[in-house]
Amino acid sequence: MGTQNLQPAIVQFAQLDKLLALGRANSLWPMTFGLACCAIEMMATGASRFDLARFGAEVFRPSPRQCDVMIVAGTISKKMAAAVETLYDQMPEPKWVIAMGNCAISGGPFVFDGQYGIVEGADKLFPVDVFIPGCPPRPEALIEGILELEEKVTGSRRWPRVEVG
Amino acid sequence: MYVDPEIIRLLAFLVGVIAFAALNAAYLVWLERKEAAHIQRRIGPKEVGPFGLFQPLVDGIKLMTKQLIVPAGVDPVLFKIAPILVMVPAIMSFVTIPFGETLVARNLDIGLLAIFAFASVNVLGLLLGAWGSRNKYAVISAARVVSQNVAYEIPMLVTVVTLVMITGTMNLHTIVLQQQGGFWHWNIFNLSASPLMPVAFLIFFVCMLAETNRAPFDMAEAESELVAGAFTEYSGMGFGVFFMGEYANIVIGASMATILFLGGWDCPLGLFPGVLWFLIKMYFLIFTVIWIRWTFPRTTFYGLLNLSWKILIPISFFNLILTSAMLKVF
Repeated sequence: MGTQNLQPAIVQFAQLDKLLALGRANSLWPMTFGLACCAIEMMATGASRFDLARFGAEVFRPSPRQCDVMIVAGTISKKMAAAVETLYDQMPEPKWVIAMGNCAISGGPFVFDGQYGIVEGADKLFPVDVFIPGCPPRPEALIEGILELEEKVTGSRRWPRVEVG
Repeated sequence: MYVDPEIIRLLAFLVGVIAFAALNAAYLVWLERKEAAHIQRRIGPKEVGPFGLFQPLVDGIKLMTKQLIVPAGVDPVLFKIAPILVMVPAIMSFVTIPFGETLVARNLDIGLLAIFAFASVNVLGLLLGAWGSRNKYAVISAARVVSQNVAYEIPMLVTVVTLVMITGTMNLHTIVLQQQGGFWHWNIFNLSASPLMPVAFLIFFVCMLAETNRAPFDMAEAESELVAGAFTEYSGMGFGVFFMGEYANIVIGASMATILFLGGWDCPLGLFPGVLWFLIKMYFLIFTVIWIRWTFPRTTFYGLLNLSWKILIPISFFNLILTSAMLKVF
């Protein structure tokens, strides 16, 4: 599922496009924005033990106008959904969304008969690029999610994939 | 065809100054991210190029190709002109700064005055940008920026007036020449003119921090309170130009502190003066500015104004009176 609604250019510059993609992939600025407990793991990812800054993605911008990727970190309640959607709409193109944690993927533990307060998945609101499972996901998983997004932007993976035995 | 060499010289300086300002802006961001990382026991950008050295290029590419949003309801002229108003005066100030004995684009007799005149336009840029954004956080930030800059312009200018009384000139080249011959000749240690000169340097440095809106005085962009302050509505390169302007202003502030107090291109031991010493002193001051930012938390707005009106302004006026008395007596 793609989030880019940009029209394809009339004249294609293959090398230039690659350069632009490389630029965008290595400078993914996330939004300072957390919804629930996954946000704590997101903060840990930015802190000294895991250091998201190594990949140039530590610039958490407070204004959506300056962000490239929105990390939906936590449960989206129906009351919050409007605000989250506004934030998404305020981000300039090209923009990407990472759904972090089970709540943002599908509603997680809040899905049961008669539940009335939770949006069951961020993709009900806007297109999502990368899903990171976990409750909450480890910081390594978030870093892997960012690398996955870089792969999606550039079309090739720079770092070796970790085999899970 | 005859071309006046003066015109070629000026063109070369124009290109050089713009390149210097842009390169500094790009790599000071890298320095800031690296330094912040090491202060917080992290590594910082390291995957994009050796030591993350391509990070500014990558960020530049991204910012330039990002969509430029002009929100509905903004003032169309002010919103677009504000980033330029922050960037251009900073570049203009480079014209009269002597980096070395002969390395100055145009040696003005009123260089000091020109630089402070240009420096005050910076506030105007932030004010207009924030006001034109038509965003409540930006407007609060604009009010803060103006009151902060009014408060800190006074002790800074009073300190500079004290210095002009000692040097007797506003020509930056002459001011540096007066301080030649080792660190004991520098204005910061010019204790015979006023025993408070080190304090004056400290006041100048603190005011420089506040004028360039750096932490702990970054009221213009108080993330925890005002979203992104004056820059809230700026996306893509509009925001990028604001940031380049901020770093260019830091370079100007550090250069001014170097010229006025630390002897410009003079070697501390009086041996080999040269551009290198100017750059060492300037970059050490910039390093300190970043160091302070990642060490101290942001002050409250009242604390900031109290510091200026109750501490810095009385001390700088006392220094002014003391200096003039000492100049009269001795």
